[in-house]
Parts: sequence; structure tokens; C-alpha cells
Amino acid sequence: MSKTLFDKVWDSHVVKHVSNGPDVLFIDRHMIHEVTSPVAFLGLEKRGVSVLCPNKTFATADHNTPTVNQHLPVQDPLSANQLKALEENSIKHKISFWGLGHKKNGIVHVIGPEYGITLPGATIVCGDSHTSTHGAFGAVAFGIGTSEVEMVLSTQCIMQLKPKKMRININGDLGKAVTPKDVALFIISKLTTSGATGYFVEYFGNVFTSMSMEGRMTVCNLSIEMGARGGMIAPDEKTFHYIKNREFTPKNKSWDKAMDYWQTLYTEKDSVFDKEYHFNAVDIEPMITYGTNPGMGIPITEEIPKASFIKGGEITYQKSLDYMGYNEGEGMIGKPVDFVFLGSCTNGRIEDFRAFAEVIKGRKKAPNVTAWLVPGSHKVLNSIKEEGILDILNKSGFKLREPGCSACLAMNDDKVPAGKYAVSTSNRNFEGRQGPGSRTLLASPIVAAAAAITGKVTDPRTLF
Amino acid sequence: MGYKKFKILTSKAVPLQIENVDTDQIIPARFLKATERVGFGDNLFRDWKYNQDNTPKKDFILNNPIYGGEILVGGKNFGSGSSREHAAWAIYDYGFRCVISSFFADIFRNNCLNIGILPVQVSDDFLSIIFKEIENDPKTLLEINLLEQKISIIKSRVSEFFEINPYKKNNMLNGFDDIDYLINIKEQISIFAKNTPL
Ligand code: SF4
Repeated sequence: MSKTLFDKVWDSHVVKHVSNGPDVLFIDRHMIHEVTSPVAFLGLEKRGVSVLCPNKTFATADHNTPTVNQHLPVQDPLSANQLKALEENSIKHKISFWGLGHKKNGIVHVIGPEYGITLPGATIVCGDSHTSTHGAFGAVAFGIGTSEVEMVLSTQCIMQLKPKKMRININGDLGKAVTPKDVALFIISKLTTSGATGYFVEYFGNVFTSMSMEGRMTVCNLSIEMGARGGMIAPDEKTFHYIKNREFTPKNKSWDKAMDYWQTLYTEKDSVFDKEYHFNAVDIEPMITYGTNPGMGIPITEEIPKASFIKGGEITYQKSLDYMGYNEGEGMIGKPVDFVFLGSCTNGRIEDFRAFAEVIKGRKKAPNVTAWLVPGSHKVLNSIKEEGILDILNKSGFKLREPGCSACLAMNDDKVPAGKYAVSTSNRNFEGRQGPGSRTLLASPIVAAAAAITGKVTDPRTLF
Repeated sequence: MGYKKFKILTSKAVPLQIENVDTDQIIPARFLKATERVGFGDNLFRDWKYNQDNTPKKDFILNNPIYGGEILVGGKNFGSGSSREHAAWAIYDYGFRCVISSFFADIFRNNCLNIGILPVQVSDDFLSIIFKEIENDPKTLLEINLLEQKISIIKSRVSEFFEINPYKKNNMLNGFDDIDYLINIKEQISIFAKNTPL
């Protein structure tokens, strides 16, 4: 039978199939961070076992870290405690540890690709649902819970039922100001937040092949928001070019050997998927969300759908609009914006800062807007400085913060106050996600930039 | 970690008639700072349960003493969003052993099974019957029989079969977890590890 990209990577990692049960899947790369790992390490201690493959395990601090004055001791004692636990556990178990202040520190899903930890054909897990990001390189990558973190630490394996397969095909040319984020928000708005639950997605078509690696990461990152276990894109020349010569990428002969394997990673003709969708690139516009889940997105110029058009769940829909302070049938253009957040593992890479800078260049930040611009890693931060983007930002009245997850989940001090509206390039607009009572509008870096200089929801296409 | 075996559970249930309940609602991120698994039950549905001044929100179901029991019934697509197992811990620590919905998010379902909460997926129709029965009588008893994979509403004698993977079922019935299984096949894993290319 013809094999899909997903089949090839998954099947080659099955150590054992439990009859009538899950597969024992071998994990090539395990990324850990301070929030979901401490209890897993406690579990190891209780069982009296150690980490099986420390050289396949990578630790970074990101979820809980401050984004200003990172050189000073962390103020919040609970956060400081978690960071300390990660450091101690990493040292004890000889795991590579890039903690706060380390020059390679950053958001787990940003640094993985930057240093070649993320590779095509690998299985990658992390105690964070956006691990799907790494699928951009043709890896099978997915988020896990803390019991599973313990499982991987102690045995380098995870027990999983093989998900079903879905393919999302998009061909054609994307319009002006339409970014990979818009493509992803468009797909989620069509499939809903549970539309891909139980599936592993492959993105297919010229829209994805023409995207940069950063763009592919944004798309794969958001796979989880439609419920998918993960999403992936077949590796190609762009992928190989991106990973070549990075710190952890195989070198010389090992590279050639790896290339032989990587070249086989594509979906064969006549492969069968459990579900397929086809969309047309020209139908995608700059998107924005108006509700409290990522599936509640619309083209920025359209109106908030009427409750009567929503299939079932009208109570939930109304609750969501009440929370946002919006009414059905209203347009989004011109809605007031108090905060703008550029960052996260969805849109905190250098390409996102370039796109943001291009829009705000020569303009001024709106006085009513508080802007948090948070690079995904130190590497991104350095590029922002080297490429002159920092100057552009500063001239327009913006300041840059230090790397971390920041307002994506608001575990640190970067919290949007209750009732305030934030246009955010992150991935979740759940109630209180960016701080208790906060209201989030998800959008691309370009739409975020347009909001930052006008102080309201603005169609970026009117600005250039 | 070890959890109580799950065989038959007969209990009242708390009806949470909201769809797409995400893990940020179950346990907001600011309560994820512990390094041990303690105290999560107190913060279950924190921002739905309490006002910002920490006074209880009267209209939230968990604050209504009429409802109780070891079963939580949620609307469709329960547990979407973040992979935080803390969400499942909060539910378990609060005292629930079973969550019923007509659809669960993947990672949440796995997390539940891994720590000893039984996720029971029922049909949309059966879910509305449960909600209706509890609305009529908050003392309505449900029975979850894991061995037979059957959920019943005791008084009205309606029941439905539910799916669970046989391997996971066996784990729940015996209080086993995956790590016990994996440690047993460690040798096989080591041989596999030696032959992996990456
Ligand atoms: S940026 Fe947000 S989604 Fe990404 S790893 Fe951090 S908390 Fe998770």
C-alpha cells in the first residue's frame, strides 16, 4: 500500500505494537520546560529510575520567565522555584539546559529549529501542545501531558494509538497582506476547533511549498487549534537548506546518510487519507478572531456571524460574545484596541518582526496602545538588532522586550488587564488566556502592526 | 504514579452545560507554578467560580450545593487547548473520577486516562438526556460500569455503551500505568534505540 509522509515517519518509530492497544513509539527528541516537567522528575525519583537518553533531551526556560530585566533575580518566588527545579533536574540528569539568560535561550518551539534539534523524519515531543510546530520540517511532533513527559524521560518511548490521517490541500496565489497565520486561521474557521481531533494533518499544495520555513512553522503550530494531534509538511530543498550546518544537525557523512533518508519522506501517489479538504488560496483574506476560541475567526472586513448561523451551541456562542463585549452582526473594522502583542511560538520569529516593521516603518505607535514586542529567542533578538529592525521600532515609539512566552499564556507579569482588548499574534483567545478578564483578537503580525499604529482594528491593505 | 482502580462508579453528577470547555478554563495558567502535584483542586474552574475579589460567583454550577458527586458532565469538545495535565489533576483532586461529554480533545483524554479519570464519550442525544434528567432532578444517579463499558441513568433505566481502548481499559481496571508497561520492555527499547538514525 502507498504510504503517506506521516505513515513513513510514524511506522519507522514503532518499537512494538500492543495488540488491541497503542503503539510503543520511540522518541528522537524530547524538549522540556519548567512548567510541565517538575512533577515528571518527581515521578522518576519515586520510581527510582533515571533519564534513559539525556542526549536526546533538551531543556529551556520559557513559559514562566520575565521579559524585562532578565539579568536580575526572578521576583515571583513560585516562578523562581520552578526555574530552579528545571535547572537542578537538568544538571542532575545531564540534560542540555539553556536557562534564563543563556545565549541560546528562547521559546522551546523557536529554538528547536534554530539549533537543528528539529530534524525531518524525527519524532519530537514536548509538554506543550504547540509542539506541532516542528512538523514544518517533516517531523512527527506533538504535545504531551506530564505523565507522558515522565514516560519519555524514563523510557524514551510513549504509548500512543496511531491517529487517523487528514490532508489539507491549498493551491493558488495568496492575496495582498495574506500571511501563513491567515491561512491557518482560515482553515480553523472552516474546520472548527474540534474538526481535526483524532487526526494527524498533512498540509499539501503550492501555498505551503512556497512558504518560508518560518511560515510553515506558523501553520503547523496552529494544527492543535483545530484539535489535530499534529500537522506536517514534507521536507524539501528549502527545509534542507534551513537545517544545514546548524549546531545539532548531522555533519559530513552523517549528513549524507540522513539526506538519503530525508529524500524518501513524501506522500506517495495514490495514498489514501481518512479525510481530505481542498481550499482555494484566493478565498483567503487577512483574518481576525472575534470570539473565545481560535475557530471563531472571520476575514477582517466581514461581520460577526449571527447566532442563528452557528450550528448548535447557541448558549456557548452568546456567552462568548458577551465575554468579548461584542454583538452579532457587528463589523470588526474600527473596534478599539488597547494592547498589541507580537510574539509567541506562533509568530515570534524574525520573519514576523520583519513583517511588523515593514508596516510601522515611518509611522508612529498609537498613543492608546500598549505594545509588547517579544522575540521568540535570543537568536531572534540578535537578528532584530543586526538587521536594523530595532531602530525602526524605536523610531516609531516601540520598545523591544526580552525573549519568552510572555503574554501568550500570561504566566509571568505580561498580563492584559480585565476588559481590555489585545490584538495578539499568539495562538489562543480563550477567556482569560492573556490575563483574567482579558479579551484577545488573534491575527497576523501585519494586522497587529496595523492595529498598533491606528489604535483600532484596521485592514492592513488600506495602509499600503 | 498509581491511582485507585476503576470498576463501577455510581454517583450524582455535576452538569456543566457549556461547549468547548478549554483547559485554560479548567485551570488558568497562573496556577501552574507548583513543582509538586498539590492544591490543584482548589483552583478548578477558578475564574468561573470566583469573582476577581475572590467572592464566589453564585450562578456557577460548582458553587451550587444542590449538585455534587464524582462525575462531571461537560458539553461537546471538552478539554481542548493546552496539554497541561494540571487540568486533569485539578478535576481529579477536586473529587471527580469520571468526565462525560459527547466529544473530548485528544491530549486531555490521554491525560485523564493516564492519571485515573475515566473519560466517557456518549452520543449527543444521550448527553442531552443526561443534562435533562439532572435538570429535573439534581439527585439523579448515574452508573458507570467500566467492565461492561456501559453508562446508565439509574432511575429511568436508559443506558448506552461507550468505547474505550482495551489496553487502556485494562489499565484503569487494575490501576496500572504505561510506565510500568514500558519499563518491562526496556531491553527491547534499548536495542531499538541503538539502531535509530537520528
Ligand atoms: S509561546 Fe505560548 S504556545 Fe508557545 S510554547 Fe509558549 S506558552 Fe506554549
